[in-house]
Amino acid sequence: MARFPFSAIVGQDEMKQALLIAAVDPAVGGVMVFGDRGTGKSTAARALASLLPPISVVEDCRFGCLPEEKGTCPDPCSSGRVRKRPVPLVDLPLGATDDRVVGALDLEKALRDGEKSFEPGLLAKAHRGFLYVDEINLLEDHLVDLLLDVVASGENVVEREGLSVRHRARFVLIGSGNPEEGELRPQLLDRFGLSVEVHTPQAVEDRVEIMRRCDAQERDPDAFTQEWEAEDRKVLGRIARGQKRIDNISVPDALLEDTARLCIAVGADGLRGELTLMRAARALAALNGKKTVSRAELVEVAPSALRHRLRRDVLDETGSTARIERALEELFG
Amino acid sequence: MSAPLGAVDPASEALLALALLNLAPAKLGGAVLRGGGPVRDELVERYRAMRPADAPWRRLPPLVEDDRLLGGIDIGASLAAGKAVHEKGLLAQASGGAILAPMAERMGAQLAGRLAQALDHGDFDFTLLLLDDGLEADERAPAALLDRVAFHCDLSGVRALESMSWPGALPVEEVAPLPADMLTSLAAAATALGIDSVRALLFAATTACAHAALHGRREAEKADLDTAARLVLAPRATQLPPSEAEEPPEDPAPSDAESGEDRETAQSDTPPEDQVLETALAAIPPDLLQALRDGTFARRAKGSGSGAKSRSKLRGRPLGARPGLPRGGARLALVDTLRAAVPWQKLRERRGSASITVLREDLRVKRFEERATSVTIFCVDASGSAAMARLAEAKGAVERLLAQAYATRSEVALVAFRKTEASVLLPPTRSLTRARRALAQLPGGGGTPLATGIATAASLAATISARGATPFLVLLTDGSANIAADGTPGRPQAREDAEAAARGVARSGMASLVIDISPRPRPDAEALAKTMRARYLPLPLADSAALERAVTAARDAAVTA
Repeated sequence: MARFPFSAIVGQDEMKQALLIAAVDPAVGGVMVFGDRGTGKSTAARALASLLPPISVVEDCRFGCLPEEKGTCPDPCSSGRVRKRPVPLVDLPLGATDDRVVGALDLEKALRDGEKSFEPGLLAKAHRGFLYVDEINLLEDHLVDLLLDVVASGENVVEREGLSVRHRARFVLIGSGNPEEGELRPQLLDRFGLSVEVHTPQAVEDRVEIMRRCDAQERDPDAFTQEWEAEDRKVLGRIARGQKRIDNISVPDALLEDTARLCIAVGADGLRGELTLMRAARALAALNGKKTVSRAELVEVAPSALRHRLRRDVLDETGSTARIERALEELFG
Repeated sequence: MSAPLGAVDPASEALLALALLNLAPAKLGGAVLRGGGPVRDELVERYRAMRPADAPWRRLPPLVEDDRLLGGIDIGASLAAGKAVHEKGLLAQASGGAILAPMAERMGAQLAGRLAQALDHGDFDFTLLLLDDGLEADERAPAALLDRVAFHCDLSGVRALESMSWPGALPVEEVAPLPADMLTSLAAAATALGIDSVRALLFAATTACAHAALHGRREAEKADLDTAARLVLAPRATQLPPSEAEEPPEDPAPSDAESGEDRETAQSDTPPEDQVLETALAAIPPDLLQALRDGTFARRAKGSGSGAKSRSKLRGRPLGARPGLPRGGARLALVDTLRAAVPWQKLRERRGSASITVLREDLRVKRFEERATSVTIFCVDASGSAAMARLAEAKGAVERLLAQAYATRSEVALVAFRKTEASVLLPPTRSLTRARRALAQLPGGGGTPLATGIATAASLAATISARGATPFLVLLTDGSANIAADGTPGRPQAREDAEAAARGVARSGMASLVIDISPRPRPDAEALAKTMRARYLPLPLADSAALERAVTAARDAAVTA
């Protein structure tokens, strides 16, 4: 099935921005998307993955090794040839078993040759790309813990069925969930760099536009892709320039101070909030072609970077987003 | 009772839906057929007859494992042949055809997740017919799948199926794209009905085109939009448009015929885009319409996918096996153990035994998932006397308890009673967001049907026990009943009925707590607590800490009992 062009997605600006930030600086951490079903969450993630330029991989390497990392994974990984491969986007289905996720003994090889060999799981597939977990709030707790551990360490360590394997697994974790159907543990939420709220556009014109574009895409996917190619190329250019620029962007001391003050004002737990806020603001500055990070970027990313880190207060009806906006208003006017 | 305007016989509607599905199977995903007994079987057969004779047709066993679903290694054949024998998964086998999922209301999250993913990706290209035998409102097919199939057909109470046919159907690709004004009316109707999913919009547009194709038209017309509104939008409504919702809530159960007339007069001079909405409104199933009118509609975010689950060694739905020894109550998973032993047979042959050698490290034990062990049911007296007293404080207390329930990962449910009836405002859930909203929207005022309130909570508790969880009842009332179980006013009878209901709770042996919310505690509530064999706690004397202690103590007693 042809992928939907990223720039043809109607609305969803906050989510698109968060995904672009994660693409420019994966160290920001994953993106958590809150929203109802059928609001285009996975479409946006998929669209971004197919937009990004293909990655170079050692031929026949099941662990997606970079050419310069040749031979450092559990595979033989000895081919001198390099293949281009699209940026992977791996779907983690609800109810996936842990052996599907981390990988397991290759039963076929074991039966055929009596040989102990490792069959990579979804984590290996997602290396250097995106891991999309739909309805992450319904995922079994032990799997969530496992994912967090891998995201934090960038490495998947398997010790099971007599296997002892470790391989790189660095990916941007995108989780989606509907808070109506069960809460996510605060520890898990905190691990996500950014969080966004997605709603279906309520304006009728936007909805009509969605229907029109989906229909056009279904009738003639190639023509539709072509129609949006120029726009998509612009987005790609922004990402590429952002990636190049990000290391040279300076963060003024005054801005660091602002970051700390904001986090204290909203009561965001832990240091992760401040770090992510600073990183996300820098990535946004890079995307926008700036040389230094300014308060404008800070204000723009603050809701995404902080809304999921506020301590919950059952008796406070005010939503997290409103609390952050209030604090921004008070601190920076 | 005369059928409301636009309402057609549900069986014919379902047949029409299946005919449309047959024209655009990949775009419409599938259908849910709820209830209907023999008529449903006939519908399924009719759909099968519409499909090409060689199209695959697979029935899904309720507990299918990933290997069977997605394909994998056939263990039996592999052992016999001494080499790996692959088998094709059910999804691959069904490619280009249909998958029938019986008992869809019992489908687990794992299977639903797999199917949803397969539908999204279109790798296998099958249509999904979900057969839903749920009786209760919250027994439904998993929400993830409901969102991904176009048609939700409720067949309950349907007895006969008329024969219908549509000669001269065109391929759906030959129908021109819907013009802007038609797209606008569909989008406007969806917005007015509170339908958020973009999938629903796309389904509606495709349905309109498919309906035009079915009747041999190359351009869609109003009848096609109406069909899309009836079949796709109406069953997904989560709210009534403002004018409808503003109907005085005091209006005693408006009859369908009456509201049908209202619409008829309204329709004559409404612009076309509102007519689509009118059609959708007229086709909203009666029970859903009533819930939307009453404002008791909890967004249907249920489905067997949600809710807390815990792993248990002994009961529940099977999960994958784990390495381990069959002790501490864990049961041996024979097949998984053999599967674990298979790879090593060649090596173990050297140990000299002829049969399969199973060693200790091969042993696998079964794991099961089980519903959360405790569900706290808050049964709140929202009558006038309670509202005068301390409904607000009671709500505050419930919120505190909710926060605590969240911390202990248990589920909560909310029952409220006022005027002449009681209703389950919130089926068991773990979501704080939903619970808080249900509580905030709780209106106060009217009589006190205490007996009905207790009985409703008790029957909910029975459902919860049947699922294997432990219910715990928290009744917040001032104990002064004035509406009897049959809904008539009168203190003595009301009192008697309430005591009877309370005795029922006592008989069931369920742990319970009565919180007296009257400003000056009277003997009423305390006597009621005694009859219920419940702990009694007057709220005026209890600060929040005492309240929490009491609930925790009572709940712990419930769980360990």
